[in-house]
Amino acid sequence: MAKSNKPVVWFPFAAGGTVIAFFIPVIALLTLLVAFGKVPAGLSYESMHSWLADCVLAKLAVFGILALSLWSSAHRLRCTCFDFGLRIDTLVAAVLYSAAIVASLAAAMFLFRL
Amino acid sequence: MKERLIRLEVFRYNPDTDTEGHYQHYEVSCLEEWVVLDALNKVKETLDPTLNFRWSCHMAVCGSCGMMINGEPRLACHTFLRNYPGTIRVEPLVHFPVERDLVTAPDDFMEKLKRVKPWIIRKDKQPIEQGEYRQTPKELLRFRQYAMCINCTLCYAACPEYGLTRHFIGPAALALAHRYNQDSRDQGRDERQEVVATKEGVWECTFVGACSEVCPVHVDPASALQQMKIASSFDWIKEHLLPGGGK
Repeated sequence: MAKSNKPVVWFPFAAGGTVIAFFIPVIALLTLLVAFGKVPAGLSYESMHSWLADCVLAKLAVFGILALSLWSSAHRLRCTCFDFGLRIDTLVAAVLYSAAIVASLAAAMFLFRL
Repeated sequence: MKERLIRLEVFRYNPDTDTEGHYQHYEVSCLEEWVVLDALNKVKETLDPTLNFRWSCHMAVCGSCGMMINGEPRLACHTFLRNYPGTIRVEPLVHFPVERDLVTAPDDFMEKLKRVKPWIIRKDKQPIEQGEYRQTPKELLRFRQYAMCINCTLCYAACPEYGLTRHFIGPAALALAHRYNQDSRDQGRDERQEVVATKEGVWECTFVGACSEVCPVHVDPASALQQMKIASSFDWIKEHLLPGGGK
């Protein structure tokens, strides 16, 4: 049996999983801080927005985080569908990966229009 | 020592007379500190000598007494009655064909185990006069955990992927492939990759992690598979994206 080409989809999934593990706690913490009205000045929406608008590297970093997280979520959902017995893997994969790519492109357009 | 009346609900199937399995109830007085295997043995000795199940060591070493206990894959010799206050339901390991009562046929696992070549492969064999292949404690630690596998196949019963896709090589066999890949004396990784890196190998795993949860000897097959996925991914990049296949 030939070696699988799964690394093509698995590597960005694994990278996205790592990114999610690092950034979701930060997002959860920021959300809590916002809820309690205790956002440090540097992390307020306005300052983050203007920082993103000015800095190309920050845009690239945010795009990387979003695109990898989306890909990772799409792949995880594909595996979950399979585990739950949905035996139309090719269709599920096509729909979910396409959604991740479209959402990543939309994020890129939004970021670079800022 | 405290005794308790244990109620067992045991799966029965006789291929000579039954078209399908059924459940039989037994009530047997047991000591509180006994394990499920003791209760089954008491049933066999005092109530029903026709009940079939495999066992040998009674100390979680031989891996023969794997069965579903209240729906979970467990070793009967490692499952204490005191943790089960109500009726205990005992069934054969799922995902394997039932031969008789609680006895399953592990043939599929045995065949897959052979395919990953779980032995030391040397390309250059040194003559025996040169002594043994020496190994540092650090090198031993890289694979020792995975060498603890007792081939009980509880991880196959726990793995939903194996349940759904029978061609999947499965947790224990792949963890043993990793055990030899990690061994400093071994040179057979390339040969094992022909099985490990295929769709039937590590790529069928969706990292549910149930294999590691049920392992009675604390092997972590899920981690072995993840490490092999990462290594296989780097292999793929070398083979497809680097000039000359990375050689």
